[in-house]
Amino acid sequence: MPASLCVVPDSISPCTSRQPSIHEVEARVKTHEWVNGQYRLLVLAAPASVLDCEPGQFFHLLCPQTDRFQPYLRRPMSIYSYDQMKGELAFLYKVAGTGTGAMAELKHDESLNIVGPLGQGFEIRPEWRRPLLVARGVGLATLAPLARECAQLGRPLTAICSARSPDLLMSTDLFRSCGAEVITVTDTDGNSSVENLTALIEGLFRSRGIDAFFTCGSTRLLRMLQEIAARHGIGGQAALEQHMACGIGMCQACVRPFRREDGAVNLRVCREGPVFDLQEVL
Amino acid sequence: MVDLTTKIGALMLKNPIMPASGTFSEELGEVFDLDCLGAHVTKTITQAKRAGNPVPRVCEVNGAMLNSIGIPSKGAEWFLKNIVPFYADYGAPLVISISANTADEFARFAEEVGVPGVAAIEVNISCPNIEDDGKAFAMRPGPTRDVIRKMRGATDLPLWAKLSPNTGEVVEVAQAAEAAGANALVTANTMLAMAIDSRTGRVRLGNVMGGLSGPALKPIALRMTYQCARAVAIPVIGCGGISTVDDVLEYLIAGARAVQIGTATFISPTTMPRLVRELEQELERRDLPSVDALIGTVDIADEAITLAEYA
Repeated sequence: MPASLCVVPDSISPCTSRQPSIHEVEARVKTHEWVNGQYRLLVLAAPASVLDCEPGQFFHLLCPQTDRFQPYLRRPMSIYSYDQMKGELAFLYKVAGTGTGAMAELKHDESLNIVGPLGQGFEIRPEWRRPLLVARGVGLATLAPLARECAQLGRPLTAICSARSPDLLMSTDLFRSCGAEVITVTDTDGNSSVENLTALIEGLFRSRGIDAFFTCGSTRLLRMLQEIAARHGIGGQAALEQHMACGIGMCQACVRPFRREDGAVNLRVCREGPVFDLQEVL
Repeated sequence: MVDLTTKIGALMLKNPIMPASGTFSEELGEVFDLDCLGAHVTKTITQAKRAGNPVPRVCEVNGAMLNSIGIPSKGAEWFLKNIVPFYADYGAPLVISISANTADEFARFAEEVGVPGVAAIEVNISCPNIEDDGKAFAMRPGPTRDVIRKMRGATDLPLWAKLSPNTGEVVEVAQAAEAAGANALVTANTMLAMAIDSRTGRVRLGNVMGGLSGPALKPIALRMTYQCARAVAIPVIGCGGISTVDDVLEYLIAGARAVQIGTATFISPTTMPRLVRELEQELERRDLPSVDALIGTVDIADEAITLAEYA
């Protein structure tokens, strides 16, 4: 890594308001169901203070200590849905490691300590009239709130949902309920390759007039979209993941390199992200 | 009404709870009002820009975490222009943590950062000394004395020497820092450690080794705090694995005049304001008039035997 990489871009002011905007609160488990063999949907009753969220933001969860799993650090998790009227906050997550393994054991009415909402969410720019969402795996959960936002803003939406197998294609009903045109591809069906998707997206350019990309969940798809977007001169955003410790911006653990005007800079995924400009991702 | 104030040399703190360097930044002000703290301690900065270490920079182990962040730094100029003014809005004294490669660089940097608004300098001497084969200054009394003495000649600001647990000469290093003009000691920094993924055989930190922090470190740092508080006349600030009010009490009883909270803030960002509240309640419950009344009250029945057993 070149020594010129710095942590915080000059354009970002370190100043913060004295009114708390990040909250550490206890939320209560309303429902917690398996949606397929790998993913669970956790719906929490959460206080109004944490429900002023933006699509793409995340929470930092204090996963419980169980007989099988004793996670020490919090786990960052993107928001699947938030509803101020109902007082609900939901996470759709893959049970994969120590943290999510512990989380999966949460039972109805149990309490979960959460910190948030955190990070910079998606920005749907006024000139982005016909967005295309490209999501794979857990990225399907991250992009769900964005689909709702697009529906509210009246932007016709196309969503390409990719997964290893059809049973892991989540959120497709949700995308459809937001009025999105949903195209599913899977590894088992053999139509999820970059070559296939590139041809598919080129077709959508002609037929739908796509003018922005939003993506999450696959580095391979991110690279593909960078290439297509550059070729067509359109913009977009990507939500990223990284190992975190504090989730708030203090520890500098979750940096990744990004392309900026004056060269590569290390930015904190928790603070400057998790949503970044598509072409800035290195 | 319990008196929570504590004096660190000439500095009067309104309570003994402050952040540990590297686990605190302006962003925490979005969680709670930072003015509830006894002091503000910034992340270590270096004079020049530094990129920091490759990722992964953190990993968790049982009851603790490892980090090898690598002191990424925007450099002194940016820090003085952007960060120091942020803290001017607060009443809590601002302590800035600095690091450098040599004793002379430390001294020059101490002079440069002595601007209005800075109340004290914490000297991160747990970093490698490039003139001593990369060994951390705080591993031995000689380099510790050298770096603190040169800084003492360069600034009138209080100097807090942050000691390392990675030494067999805890007392000698502490006394060297005091003799060279340090105004306080902070015990301690993280302990050098390592973790390997047994399934893949890969090291779990990008920099191979990193510093252990969190509850697993507490007994070690508490022991160092006790050793140092007995061995020097300057104030000792305890640091290492504190997450509960009992932890705070232990450090004060061991002889610490104040404590720093680090990794616990990652687990619960509201830890520090909670500890301020709980410390006050606990002192009230014990009918103690002040923090001072608890400091250094450790009860050791027969010290000679205690020493003989671990010798």
